[in-house]
Amino acid sequence: MSAPDPWERFRAATRARIGLGRSGDALPTKALLDFQASHARARDAVHGAVDFDALAQGIDHPVIQVHSAAPERESYLRRPDLGRRLDAASRERLAGLMAEPADAVFIIGDGLSTAVQHHAVPLLELVLPELEGWKLAPVILAGQARVGLGDEIGAALKASLSVMLIGERPGLSVADSLGVYLTWQPRPGLTDAERNCISNIHAHGLSYREAAARLVWLMKESRHRRLSGVTLKEASVLEIPP
Amino acid sequence: MPRFTARLGDQTYRFADLKSVMACASPRRSGDELAGIAARSDEERVAARMVLADLPLTIFLNEALIPYESDDVTRLIQDSHDQEAFAPVASLTVGEFRDWLLSHRTDSAALSRLAPGLMPEMAAAVSKLMRNQDLVVVAAKCRVVTGFRTTLGLPGRLAARLQPNHPSDDPLGIAASALDGLHYGVGDAVIGINPAGDNVAGCIELLDLLDTMRQRFDIPTQSCVLTHVTNTLAAIGKGAPVDLVFQSIAGTEAANRSFGVTLSLLEEARDAALSLKRGTVGNNVMYFETGQGSALSANAHHGVDQQTLETRAYAVARHFEPLLVNTVVGFIGPEYLFDAKQIIRAGLEDHFCGKLLGLPMGVDVCYTNHAEADQDDMDVLMTLLSAAGVTFLIAVPGADDVMLNYQSLAYHDVPTLRRLMNLKPAPEFEAWLDRMGMLDDQGRLLEQPPSQRLLAP
Repeated sequence: MSAPDPWERFRAATRARIGLGRSGDALPTKALLDFQASHARARDAVHGAVDFDALAQGIDHPVIQVHSAAPERESYLRRPDLGRRLDAASRERLAGLMAEPADAVFIIGDGLSTAVQHHAVPLLELVLPELEGWKLAPVILAGQARVGLGDEIGAALKASLSVMLIGERPGLSVADSLGVYLTWQPRPGLTDAERNCISNIHAHGLSYREAAARLVWLMKESRHRRLSGVTLKEASVLEIPP
Repeated sequence: MPRFTARLGDQTYRFADLKSVMACASPRRSGDELAGIAARSDEERVAARMVLADLPLTIFLNEALIPYESDDVTRLIQDSHDQEAFAPVASLTVGEFRDWLLSHRTDSAALSRLAPGLMPEMAAAVSKLMRNQDLVVVAAKCRVVTGFRTTLGLPGRLAARLQPNHPSDDPLGIAASALDGLHYGVGDAVIGINPAGDNVAGCIELLDLLDTMRQRFDIPTQSCVLTHVTNTLAAIGKGAPVDLVFQSIAGTEAANRSFGVTLSLLEEARDAALSLKRGTVGNNVMYFETGQGSALSANAHHGVDQQTLETRAYAVARHFEPLLVNTVVGFIGPEYLFDAKQIIRAGLEDHFCGKLLGLPMGVDVCYTNHAEADQDDMDVLMTLLSAAGVTFLIAVPGADDVMLNYQSLAYHDVPTLRRLMNLKPAPEFEAWLDRMGMLDDQGRLLEQPPSQRLLAP
C-alpha cells in the first residue's frame, strides 16, 4: 500500500500540477510524460488544419469559403497582419455578393486551433433559430484567419454585425477552446476594444447553451443600441441572461 | 564615405540613420521583421555590426533614437545620465567597449561604478556585437544587490518567484500551489500572483491571503499581486498589506501610456509603498515586468528595434530602485520571438543589459504553445542564465500556468539548478528552510522534505 497523498484535499481546488513528487530534484517519469502529452495536444491543435469542406456539409445555410492573405501556417504565425486581410481571390469572391446590406454575417475562422471543427456547428444550430426576421449573409468559412479578418469580410458583405467563431490559443489543459467575437459595423481598422467577446467555450468551460444565450442577447442588444465593445460589455454585466 | 556605410566584399551597405544601424545589427527576430526594420540578409546584418563596432559610444549622447521633445523616457535617460561614471569608457567605440567589458581587468566593482554612466542604447548596442557566451560571461561579473525581507543578488545565490496562479483566483487553489512551491525552496524572490480578476476588492483578498500565510509560517519573503499600479494604489489606500508595487513597463512614453502608466504615477505608487515601511532588510519596493515586442504590439515603437526598446524600459525601472525586474521573454508570442533560438538569445540579452544598467534582473523563462519551443529549450535557457548569475527565475507547478495558459519553469527546476550550479537561496530564506527541516547538512534541499508542518490542516 502506498502512503496517503497529503495533496489529495487540495486537488479539487485547482487544476495546477501540484504534489507531483520528485526523482532527485526532477519530475517523476509519469508527470514528465503527462506534461508532454498535454503540450503535444496543444501543438497539434495549433498546427492542425480545419477541414472546412466537412464543416460546410454540416451547416444548414448557404456557405462561402475564403482564405486570408497568410498562405500557410508559418506566415500566419509570423505575420498577424496577413491573417487580418483577405487574399485577392477571396476579396473578389465577396465583392458585390450582397446586393442589399445584411443584418449579420457569421464567420467561422480557424484561428490558433482546430476548435471550430467540433464546436462551431452545434453553437450555430442553437443560435440561428433565435434570429427570426434577421437578414443573414452566407456563413463565411475562413482559413488562416485572425479575429480582425471579420472586419474586411463584414464590410465587403455590407453587414451591420459580424460574428466570428474562432479557435483560441491552446493551453495545456484545454486545446480546443472556442471564442466568439461580435463587432457592430465591421470595417478594417477597428481595435479589439470595439468588440465583444465570449470565450472559453469547450467541454469543461462555457456550454453551447450558455454561449448561445449570451450571443443571442449580445446580437440583439448590439442591433438595438447600434454599437459593440466596452459600452455594451458594461450593460451585459447587469442584464446578461444566466 | 558617409557615416553609416560598410563595404563587405564587392558590396557597399548604407544605413539611413543610427536606429537603422541598430535594427539591422540585431540578431534576427520575427518582431523586427514584422516591423519591417530588420536586416534583409545575413550579410547586411554583419555589415551593420561592422558599422556599429566603429561608432563612438558618445554617439548615443548626441543622437537620440527617439526625440527628446516627444518622449519622456528619452528625457529621463538623457537627464539622468552620469558623466562622471561614464568617464572610464567615454573614449571607446562600441566594439572597443565589448573588449573592455570582457577584459579580466574589468571586475565587478568597475561594472557597478559604470552602471549609472551607461545609457540603455549603449548597452543594447554592445549586446548586438556579443555572442551568447559573452552575454553570460559579462553578466556573471555584474553585482546588483537589493532587499526587502530577503536580500537578493548576492554571489552564489539564485532566488525564485513562486507564481501560484489560479484561473478564478480560488483562495484554496492558490494556497495549495503556494505551499507546494515552498517545499521546493521556491519563493525567496517573491510570492507573486497574477490575478484573473481586475478589481481592487479581489486583489485585497489575495493580498490578505498571502500575508496571512507569510505570517503563519513566519516566512522571510515578500508578496505581490501583479495588478495595475492604480489598483495597488487603491489597495494601499484601503489599508491592504502591500509589500511591493507591480507594473508592466515599456521603453517609450506611448507604449507606457498604452499600459495606462506615466512616470509620475509610478513615483506616486512608490512613495505610497515606502510609507508603509514593511521591509526589514531593505527598502526596494518596486517590481517591474518587461518584454521585447511590447512597444511594437502597442504600435509605439518609432521604428526602433525591439531589443533596444526593451533596454529603454530598464532605464524606466532603474529610476525607481526596484527590488525585482524580469523580462517575460517568451510570453509575447512567435510574431516577436519566433522560436527557441530567438527566445534564448533574447533572454540572455535582456538579462545582460539589465544587469549592466544596474538592475536586479530576473527572467521568466517561458514560451507559448504557438511558438517553436518546448521544455527542453527552457532547460537550456535556465542553465545559461544560472551560469550568468541571474537574480531570480519564475516557477509554477509543473511548468504549467493554468491561469495565463503558457509554460514557465517548474518548481522542480529551481532545486535542480541550485544543486547543479552550487547556488543557494537568499540567506534569510535559506535559514527559514533550515528551520523547517528541509535542508540536508550541506544546505541542499532534501529529496523528500517533511511536509507535515506546512500542510497541517
